[in-house]
Amino acid sequence: MKYTYYPGCSVSATANIYRDSITALAPALGLELEELEDWNCCGATAYMSVKELMSFAISARNLALAEKLHRDVVTPCSACYTVLNKTNHYFAEYPELREKIGKALDAGGLSYGGTVRVRHLLDVVCNDLGCEKIASLVKKKLTGLKVAPYYGCQIVRPETGFDDPDEPTIMNRLIETLGAECIDYRMKTVCCGASLMGTQEDLALRLCRNLLLDAEHKGAHCLVTTCPLCQMNLDVYQGKINALFKTKFNIPILYFTQLIGVALGLPLKDLGLDRLAVKLTKPVKQIFEGA
Amino acid sequence: MLDRDIVAEYKLDHDFLEEIYHLPGGHEIKKCIQCGTCSSSCPLSYVMDHGPRKMFSLIRAGFRDEVLDSNTIWYCSSCYTCAVRCPKEIKITDVMYALKRLAVKEGRTKGKKSVVLSKNFARMVNTYGRNHETELMTRYIIEADLFHAFKFIPQGWKLFSNKRLPLLPHRIKNMQQLKKILKKVDELGEI
Repeated sequence: MKYTYYPGCSVSATANIYRDSITALAPALGLELEELEDWNCCGATAYMSVKELMSFAISARNLALAEKLHRDVVTPCSACYTVLNKTNHYFAEYPELREKIGKALDAGGLSYGGTVRVRHLLDVVCNDLGCEKIASLVKKKLTGLKVAPYYGCQIVRPETGFDDPDEPTIMNRLIETLGAECIDYRMKTVCCGASLMGTQEDLALRLCRNLLLDAEHKGAHCLVTTCPLCQMNLDVYQGKINALFKTKFNIPILYFTQLIGVALGLPLKDLGLDRLAVKLTKPVKQIFEGA
Repeated sequence: MLDRDIVAEYKLDHDFLEEIYHLPGGHEIKKCIQCGTCSSSCPLSYVMDHGPRKMFSLIRAGFRDEVLDSNTIWYCSSCYTCAVRCPKEIKITDVMYALKRLAVKEGRTKGKKSVVLSKNFARMVNTYGRNHETELMTRYIIEADLFHAFKFIPQGWKLFSNKRLPLLPHRIKNMQQLKKILKKVDELGEI
């Protein structure tokens, strides 16, 4: 199966372990991800906060470039997924906006007809490949591992195309397919604070604390995420949360692609699992290595 | 805080609602039935000057200053919980974005650190075509939080020591094309 791959800025930088795990995993799953040539930033939530038309126009450049290839665009980043989809929706819904975006693209020698379908990698893996196919590829069952799926926000909201915004289950099924035990907890779709970690750190740390507390209480060995910003906040800031709230969290925060990779028998290093800020704990390591 | 007294009509901005109404995504604001689902769904309403429900009420009544100077718009983390739960399908998160832009346009940004981050983010994209996270955070800290710069060091080190902090930016090849698009938007004028 071939897709146009849009990694996004974070996946190419501070979330490079996500990138590495995808690079290792895609061929093992039989997914052909061809990177969109010369893609630019989607604009994320930040650009939208200062300039609207400009943020839609830069986002639409990617869609215009991708349209020529006549394939679904797949992105592993929840923010890119939401922004690119939102551009599509606004492009379709507001004629005045569509006209202006069209003129702006035209100035750069591009045009967009609004036909590109933007999808999240989790959707492609779970729905196009499907759990049965993944199960057939599993080499090491992750028996005994308790995994808390952390969906976060921008994968289930506002684009509610492939799962329920409040009670998503797609990652639960995936986790069980890999032989691990899926932990159900209330905070799985509550915000981690996103970029507030930079600007209102106290608020974001508290949100992260609450969700780690819930997952830990339910006995999770690790959390699994689908978004670079969620992973960063929960992983890189976990030490700070412990210091501030006098907690003792030691919960590795993995990308879903890393978890699949382990079950498919790929080397932990190739999946970037040696470069987490919160290192793999003993029970997790034992299951990963002994599985 | 709002005055407990009744606010004199002449102090209110009666065009405010129309202004918001005409922004893309803002046209459903009149449909709000003040049910409070948004405020009770919001993970951060407990620290906001006004929750989203009250914000909508203030917009409709014309409390321009209270709305645009509130911390509410900058504390919205774009989690979209309110937006997907709203029984009237109001794009609440997008209305918050519109309010952010209006506040920026009117220079109501004193002490609002999110604005510094957003403006520098746009600057990264306009310069490189992509966000360079390392430079973005450096610029943000210098501009908004220099006094607390030390607090970012442990996290920066964690990223750096795990080879997750690229120091050099990546510039897209066809920056010229992106610049032409941006220039055209400038000519067309924002929405």
